[in-house]
Amino acid sequence: MDLAGLLAFNVLTGIATLVLITLGLGVIYGMMRIINLAHGEFMMLGAYTAVMASGAGVNIWIAMLVLPPLVVGVIGLVLERTVIRFLYGRMMDTMLATWGVSLGLIGLVTTLYGNVVRGVSTPVGSFDIGRYGASLYSLVIMATALGALAAMFGLLRFTKFGLILRATMQNPRMAAALGVQPNRIYMATFALGAALAGLAGGILAPISGVSPAMGAAYVARAFITVLGGGPAIITGTGLASGLFGTINELVSFKTTPVIGDVALLAAAILLIRLLPQGITGRYLRRSL
Amino acid sequence: MGQSPALLSVEGLHSGYGRIPILGGVALAVREGEFVGILGHNGMGKTTLLRTLMGYLPATAGQVRFDGRDVTRLSPTARARAGIGYVPQGREIFPALSVRENLRMGCLLSARGEDETIAGILADFPRLNAYLDRPGGALSGGEQQLLALARCLCGGPRILLLDEPTEGIQPSIIEEIIETLRRIGRERGIALLLVEQNLNCIAGLSDRVLILQKGAITREVPPEIARDRALIDEFVGMH
Repeated sequence: MDLAGLLAFNVLTGIATLVLITLGLGVIYGMMRIINLAHGEFMMLGAYTAVMASGAGVNIWIAMLVLPPLVVGVIGLVLERTVIRFLYGRMMDTMLATWGVSLGLIGLVTTLYGNVVRGVSTPVGSFDIGRYGASLYSLVIMATALGALAAMFGLLRFTKFGLILRATMQNPRMAAALGVQPNRIYMATFALGAALAGLAGGILAPISGVSPAMGAAYVARAFITVLGGGPAIITGTGLASGLFGTINELVSFKTTPVIGDVALLAAAILLIRLLPQGITGRYLRRSL
Repeated sequence: MGQSPALLSVEGLHSGYGRIPILGGVALAVREGEFVGILGHNGMGKTTLLRTLMGYLPATAGQVRFDGRDVTRLSPTARARAGIGYVPQGREIFPALSVRENLRMGCLLSARGEDETIAGILADFPRLNAYLDRPGGALSGGEQQLLALARCLCGGPRILLLDEPTEGIQPSIIEEIIETLRRIGRERGIALLLVEQNLNCIAGLSDRVLILQKGAITREVPPEIARDRALIDEFVGMH
């Protein structure tokens, strides 16, 4: 019984982690059809922001939850204005460009801070599930993931900006004829996606080693989840994270984390074979 | 009469796709509140003309002036903000947005509040009331055309560029569109530039009819003539 509780807790943590690392990528891909290969590095920058800020004495919660999305959002904004905006509609070119940005960011951070693994200590302790100890920090991750999903849903569903975002995503030329500046919307979307990646990096900094190349550990899983989720950003991210997170954690528990990742990949391949447009390409199409 | 300055004036307009020229020197003028129809066969450049006037296609030569201002190089967004409304061929409703959300998008350029504008437009297009919460993509072609017109009018344009509004639409709604546009045009003083192949629609709406042939305006005819298919075939037909 205790074991089942612990397992369920770990599954939920795994799902929440997937949601966090996927959402930023999903926003940029879903809204703009841009495959952002610098997504992992945006997370890395978020993690460094958290490490640097907490090292400088900033309150740990602000250092983890507030500063990373702000800093990385601004970096995303600058990159969009200086690089990405010249490449809209050219998927291969944006992939190459963001890959270049990714390598550049790794190089830059390595030069500035060295190729060492840093860390932040977890700001909360642990609690017991029966005979087992579990980290309270996992609850923070779950709450953040849930909060991020809810905030994105609220933004898209209930705000004027969200309405303009959805309309522009469906038909940018028609939106322009109604007075929207599609380029401004893309700029804001890219910054938003970058900010979400920064948030993921900041919140995961205490439980992962913070190093220049840390992004690589997340980016593949994030891509798989975006593709598995399909066109509806919020519902798709939630469902695909739920599915893949459960499979990953259960198999990891029975075997090893490596086999768990293999199972995740196998499940993703199977899913894409059955539903080439992702889950929301077939089901719940009208959702957000 | 007829001395009021043109709201939209086009001179020597050239445009095309890549190296393929479509428009070869179009000249026309639309006065404030005037309904002008452009008649032409497929491939004569009707849609290209409207797309160039809206700024989706660059003009390779010539000038477009709107309200006394040169807009030849402006983006579609800037032209929309200047007061040019555009209802494209195929309607281009946002399919996954509800009818109400489509109308809210139309209100972005409205000078009045969103609720007030939508209530006003629904009085003009009462048929849309029944569908407000349905996705735009679920409406029939005719209903989508009404929605596209309503959405565009929400922004309070001074001229409406209308591309084949009757294409693939049931006759009952064509009548409704003609009546609604006539009434709104009169009430609000909106000008209309309409490109069409449907003689009934163009004759019913236009104050003047221009004939577009091979990328240029070749002649002007009174709208009564447009009802005479034999005469029009002679004017519009390829020589």
